[in-house]
Parts: sequence; structure tokens; C-alpha cells
Amino acid sequence: MHAGLNHYLTVSVLLFCLGFLGVITRRNLVVIYMGLELMLNAANLALVAFSRFNANLNGQVMVFFTITVAAAEVAVGLALIVALYRKRGTAHVEDLATLKL
Amino acid sequence: MPEFTDLLFYGLAALTLGFGFLTVANPFSRNPVTNAMFLVLTIISMAGLFVLLHAFFLAAIQVLVYAGAVMVLFLFVIMLLDLPEENRRQIKTLTLGLGTIAVAAIAGIFIKAISHAAPLAASDRWLDGETKPLGKILFETYLLPFEILSLLLLVAMVGVILLSKKDLK
Amino acid sequence: MFDWLNYNPTAAFVVFSALKIGIAFGVVMTMVAYAVLVERKVSAFIQDRVGPNRTAPPLALKIPFVGRFLQGLGIFQPMADGLKFILKEDFTPSYVRTIYFWLAPAIAVIPALLTIAVIPFGSMLGSEKMVIADLNVGILYTFGIVSLGVYGIVLAGWSSNSKYPFLGGIRSTSQMISYEIAMGMSVIAVFMMVGDLNLSRIVEYQSGGLHHWLVWRQPLAFVIFLVSAFAETNRLPFDLPESESELVGGYHTEYSSMKFALFFLGEYANMIASSAMMVTLFFGGWQPLWGAAPAGSVFAGLTHILWFLAKLVAFMVLFIWVRWMLPRFRYDQLMDLGWRRFIPLALANILATAIGLGLYSLASN
Repeated sequence: MHAGLNHYLTVSVLLFCLGFLGVITRRNLVVIYMGLELMLNAANLALVAFSRFNANLNGQVMVFFTITVAAAEVAVGLALIVALYRKRGTAHVEDLATLKL
Repeated sequence: MPEFTDLLFYGLAALTLGFGFLTVANPFSRNPVTNAMFLVLTIISMAGLFVLLHAFFLAAIQVLVYAGAVMVLFLFVIMLLDLPEENRRQIKTLTLGLGTIAVAAIAGIFIKAISHAAPLAASDRWLDGETKPLGKILFETYLLPFEILSLLLLVAMVGVILLSKKDLK
Repeated sequence: MFDWLNYNPTAAFVVFSALKIGIAFGVVMTMVAYAVLVERKVSAFIQDRVGPNRTAPPLALKIPFVGRFLQGLGIFQPMADGLKFILKEDFTPSYVRTIYFWLAPAIAVIPALLTIAVIPFGSMLGSEKMVIADLNVGILYTFGIVSLGVYGIVLAGWSSNSKYPFLGGIRSTSQMISYEIAMGMSVIAVFMMVGDLNLSRIVEYQSGGLHHWLVWRQPLAFVIFLVSAFAETNRLPFDLPESESELVGGYHTEYSSMKFALFFLGEYANMIASSAMMVTLFFGGWQPLWGAAPAGSVFAGLTHILWFLAKLVAFMVLFIWVRWMLPRFRYDQLMDLGWRRFIPLALANILATAIGLGLYSLASN
């Protein structure tokens, strides 16, 4: 079958769900973060596919922005995780059940 | 008879999803480094999908930024914190079951929606993601968001430097 | 004989690409082997020694005069070195993380070899363009691949599961990431002048002789690129990742035999790749000193390839020469140079280039 927009969107959805599954089931903060990255990437794929099949560059610009924001977000997020690890000596979400640091 | 690009699509899609699965739920290893390396592979095979979609610039940026910078940061943090493997804490069966059901439901809804959508009318003016038009639209139509984004990067940089100071108040 | 190729473009593409890949790979491997010999000979010359001059296979010395001469040059030394690497015991310590320990050397070599793919090493040979993949985003591809080279080193350091390799790996990674930024920014100014990311187009832009080379128009960019290339390849004066005096051997301390040889090979392949990049970006690629149009005949095509190789070798010798001339930087000096000197300089260079180009277009209108 010819690979059209639907195929790419399906891959994107499945990838998004995989990332979501990771966020729900894993207990390690860093791995949860990787799941988030996977979800962002899935959205990127959908945007690029839309951009290609609708002959419209706006989707690609959006992906460009997403990648930049993701880079900034990872830097801040990982810095937070490191700070948390220094304070509490753990990066497991189950150990981080208190509201106070 | 499927075309060569279609075969490439199926191959790359399978690789992306396979590596993605191994990123979040690797049955052989609970080591965060393994997860990170599979995420790198996912990202690289996804860059391949971008190339199939003729988004060459974004494919290069994807490898450059995600695989080259973001994931190295992940590896750094994992290695420097020396995160223990998740062995000592089994993932709860209940969580796993409920999570899988929820995610499968979401996937089902999405895929149903996609399959019910009217297929895009075959258009011959598909887009070629060349660098030049992308740059034009980025610096004309999207100039303000672009500038705001640079401000965001600056803020993120300051924030990270502040956060990584030893004596965090 | 090759008539059928003309009727089947796909088959022709596959055959010629495979040929080009095979030949480029072979040339790079040979150059790596002989770069090691040149390194030893040059270091011997600088330290007032003789260098390798004993190795010779049996019967080679039977050839009158020539055999002795080749032995004195050390021509046979790389074969002996290669044999030694293969025959040594391949030792894997018991405390390492085995899978990554085995994967790391391979991951370190592959990016260096992949970079060669987009570099135009000649103009034309017959009707074939002398570049393996003429990508429109050529240079971005290169930077993407180069940034993947970090993984081999960081994984080697981590999987060795011992202090010195780990420290070496961490050092090397942060050094490479830092200088990648300076390198990328220095190249932006070049693109602004050429207006294209395609490396073949950049070589075309520099046609017309020595004075059209971009090194004259972007000297600052070239200097930044050159120094960053030294840092990226972990060569002296920036070889802190493996500084023997403090880290034993850096990220490859625990490696032996063929796995160590792969790291070695990766370093030299990286040198070749970055030399090729410099030749392409700043020194006119395959163009002779007096400039030339893309070759019409096979002979001209071959001379263009030879010109490219000659420039490449000149840069390799520079790499080797500098190694034996300069002392090692301290780590904070290295980071200071990268972040506080080169990145602002590169930014200023971009700004200056933009202003220059703007004024030029104003004046020409």
C-alpha cells in the first residue's frame, strides 16, 4: 500500500502512546523524561507529515520551534532532577511523595 | 508492487516503533543508559522518516540537536548521578495493567479517528522541505516567535546555571 | 562494456556509488596507516631521532638499493603495526559493562567514516560526480554525524567502570560539545557568503584561482575552525581526554588489541575528515592553485582528485607537526578559550559578515 498521510499519522500515534506508556509505568524520573521526549518527537513527526502532504511549510517551522523548546526544556528539567537528587538522594518518583523539599 | 520509498517507510517505521518500545519498556535491561541509547536510535530512525518526507533540514537538525546534544545531556546526568538500575523495585502489575489499558484505549481512539478521516485528495504539489524557503518563512512570517524563542533559550540558560549552583537555597 | 549502465540509471547509481564508497574507504584506511608512520617520522625529526627504519618483510631486502631505501623510510612499518594490533591478546576486564565495552570502539569509528560521504573529493570522472552523496544540507549532515562521535567516547569511559577512563570520557565529551558550538558558528559566516549548504556548491564558489579561496575572505572563521578541529579530534594541544600524565590513558585505558586499534583508527579518520572539511570549506576543495572548471576528461578528473589529496595531506602534516611542537593546555584554559574567546569571536564574525554583505548588496544596487 502506498505510504500516505494516514500511515505517518498512525506511526506518530503509536509512538506517542509508547511515550505515554513510559511516563505512566516507569518509576525513574530520567526515564519518565525520556518518555516525554518520545511524545514530543511523535508530535513532530505528525507535523512534518502534515506539512509535506498539505504543501505548507508552517508545520516544519513549528517542528523547528518544538525542537528548540525541547532542548531548553531538557536542560532545565535535567538541572531540576540533578538538584532534586542532590537534595533527596533519589530519582524515583515513589520516594518523592512529599510536597516539601 | 510497492515502491522502494514505501518499503523504506515501512522499514523505518518499524525501526522507530521497535526502538521506541525498547526505550520505554526494555524487557532485557532496566539500565537507564540502555534506555537512553535506544532513544538515540529512535531519534535517528525518525530522522530517516523525515528524509522520506523531504524535510532534509529538519532531519539534520533532529540528529544534530536531539541525538547530538539533548541525549548526550541525558547520558551525562545518568552517568554522573550513577543512577541505580530499577531492579530493586519491581514495576507494580496493577500499574502496568491499568496503564496499558489506558494507553491502548487512547491509541484506539486516535487510530479510529485517522481511519475514519477522509483520505487526503492526491495532490501532486507535495512539498519539498528545502532550506531556503524554510529560512524565508522563518525570518519573515515567524520572526517574532523566533525572537521570543531566543529569549526563552536565554532564560533557560540562566535558570540552569542558577539551578546547578552547589548551595541551592 | 558498460553500455547497459547507460540504459538503467538505478543500476548505474548503485554500481558507481558502491565503487566510490569502496575506493574512498580504501584510501582513508591506507591514509590512516601511513599517517601513523608520518607521525612517527615527524616526531623523530623534531626530536632529532631517526624514527622507524628497521621493519622489512622477508625478501624485500633482496631488492638491490630500493629495498634498503624503503626500509629506511619505514614503508613497511604500518603493516607490522597492524599485524601487532591484530595478534595481541584481546583482553576484556571482568568488571566492565561488557556490551557497551564492545560497542564503544565501533561507535567511535563509524561517524568519522560517515563524514567522508558528503565531501567532494574531485570534480568529475567521466560523467560521474566525485562525491558519494551530494546532499543539499551537506554541512549540517556533517555536523550531525560528528556530534554522534561523542557517544563512542562517553560509552567507552562509562563502560570501563573505572575512574580514569570515566574522567577521560567526561572531559572529552564536554570538550567536544563545547568546541562543536564554536565550529558550527564559524562555518555560518562561510554559508552567508556562499548562500548554500551544499559542499559542491561551496567548492564551485571558490573557483577561479588562489585568490578566490574562502580562507582570504573569512580568515577568522578559518582560524576558529582550525583550532576547533584540533579540539574535536582530541589532538595536542587539546588532548586532555587522554593526557597520560594525569589520566593514565584516558577513555581507552582499559582497551587492548583490536578494540584499542579501532579508537586509534577513529582518531586518525577524524583527522582526515576534518582536514577534508577545511580543504573543502576554505581552500577550494579539488581546485588547483590557478582554478579550473569541472573536468571534461578522465585525466583532468584524476588531477583534480590528486590536488584534493595533496591539500588533505598538507593539513594532516600540520596536525602532526603541531602535536610535537605545542605543550598541552590546562583544562580550564581549554574551556575558557572555547566558551569565552571563540564563541563570542565567531558571533562577532557572523555580525561583521552580515554587515559586510548588506553594504555590498546596497552598493551594487
